[in-house]
Amino acid sequence: MKKISPGWLLALLLTLCFTLATLFVPRAAWWNDVPRAADWNTGRSRSENVFKLLLGEGRRLFGNEMFDMADAYFHSGYYPSIFDQPVTEHDVAGPAEGKTEDEDSTSDDFLGPPPDWIAALDRHFVPNRHTHLSSGGPSGHEKASSVQEILPWLKFATDMNPQFVEAYRVGAYWLRRLRMPAQAREFLFEGLHNNPGNSELLFDLGWLYNEDFHDANRARNVWRAALRCWQAQDDNTKQSVQAKRLCDDITINLAHLEENAGNWSQAVKYLEMTKQVSPNPDAIQKQIDEAERKVTSDK
Amino acid sequence: MNTIWALAGVVIKELYRRKDFYVLFVLTAVITFVAGSVQFFHDPNIVRYVEDLCMLLIWISALLITIATAARQIPAERESRTIFPLLAKPVTRGQVILGKFFGCWLASGIALAVFYLFFAVITGSREHYWPVADYFQAFLLQWIMLGIVTAMTLLGSILFAAPSSTVTILFIVVAGILFLGRHLNTVALHNDEPLRSIFYTIYFIIPHLELFDVRERVVNDWGLVNWLDCGLAALYAAAYTGLFLLLTWLGFRRKSLT
Repeated sequence: MKKISPGWLLALLLTLCFTLATLFVPRAAWWNDVPRAADWNTGRSRSENVFKLLLGEGRRLFGNEMFDMADAYFHSGYYPSIFDQPVTEHDVAGPAEGKTEDEDSTSDDFLGPPPDWIAALDRHFVPNRHTHLSSGGPSGHEKASSVQEILPWLKFATDMNPQFVEAYRVGAYWLRRLRMPAQAREFLFEGLHNNPGNSELLFDLGWLYNEDFHDANRARNVWRAALRCWQAQDDNTKQSVQAKRLCDDITINLAHLEENAGNWSQAVKYLEMTKQVSPNPDAIQKQIDEAERKVTSDK
Repeated sequence: MNTIWALAGVVIKELYRRKDFYVLFVLTAVITFVAGSVQFFHDPNIVRYVEDLCMLLIWISALLITIATAARQIPAERESRTIFPLLAKPVTRGQVILGKFFGCWLASGIALAVFYLFFAVITGSREHYWPVADYFQAFLLQWIMLGIVTAMTLLGSILFAAPSSTVTILFIVVAGILFLGRHLNTVALHNDEPLRSIFYTIYFIIPHLELFDVRERVVNDWGLVNWLDCGLAALYAAAYTGLFLLLTWLGFRRKSLT
């Protein structure tokens, strides 16, 4: 019998290791899906997965890479390499942050005109136009517009770095847009499990309950929890633009819920809080005046 | 011409006698199946990451098969001393080079066709969509690129002492071109003289194998590349293949076989 060369044996062993690791990932995820009371008490989280076993804390470094991959898939491969101008804004996260899809896009035309004939020829063989999966993709074919293709990379990003709150938020946003609210809720739960009391994730969860499950009571409770967590932050954190915007979002939504329920005095209370952080306090004051008139007329 | 095809036929037979292709195909299939069996968010329609992984494995496997096959052709003939009766037929050294080249290139083409068939079946079964023309174009471009790699490897097998060193060096060179080739001009721009000129010279001298890599277009449904551009790329590949074969012939013509 002919001897197999050591190189092949090594390749075979490496592949076997990779295969076993890939086989164990879903199984280990299932183990982690069954929370044990003891884990909650000891602070152990679902993030203690196979990636942690294999890579330790170093896995967090790959979280951003996975998020970049999601953004690259969102652009159907038209994406700057490490040799090009670096990406400062991820378009995949834009809509989740309330921006329009092409706002602040750094990957719009990173290539510029081709510097030589080789580069000019090369452009015909690679993705060469700025497109978004959510708006049809490069071919406009319905299948190509499948934005769900970014989801594995967002999941990998959170598996690698369970404290990567933005990845949970972006994932939940796209799951909602894909009409998968149950999966979005599950993903946000996972995020909250790994980041207990995160007001951004709580806000998104409240939004999901209100908009997709039409469960105003649960949305109210979750948003109240989000507000409590926001208020518990230190003063420096609360002064940032992002934190103020979050407080604005939470309180204005709570106010609208109370208005819909006819609790005008409670709505005024929340609107007063909104006014303190809103970039447009005059408009909020008008809403407060309107709500106060309703309070007076109710009496 | 018959002599060249006869020599090429021997190389093709060698492909299915050796284990290289079978091992790589099984590994590619196993990894693809395992990756494809993982479901994200209970959505069975997520498929691109599997396509991406499968295409990457096809590229690695095809390069391994081509380089490993081409690197051992001439050294094996010399080592087993079958080169002497071969050249006494009479077969010229040029015919040996051409026969070996066409044999390796066709063998890699056959292996590549099997890999692409597997890729089409796997992605089609998940996506329920068959862009056959895109797959054919990707196959054709990759096969043309493998022609350059085959010629480069044959030249390497003349220059370097052992097939193992040829395989290692060629694999590093090819991987380097594929990863860095298209960025060398950008790197050159960010350097001062004389590094700038050195990088530019390398950029214009190396065969740009990455031109033939349309994986991202196939995976992301960008559609077909204009066939005229493919024709230009084929001419570019033919020029480099011819150059490397000429250099191989020049080296082999003067090489002592004892």
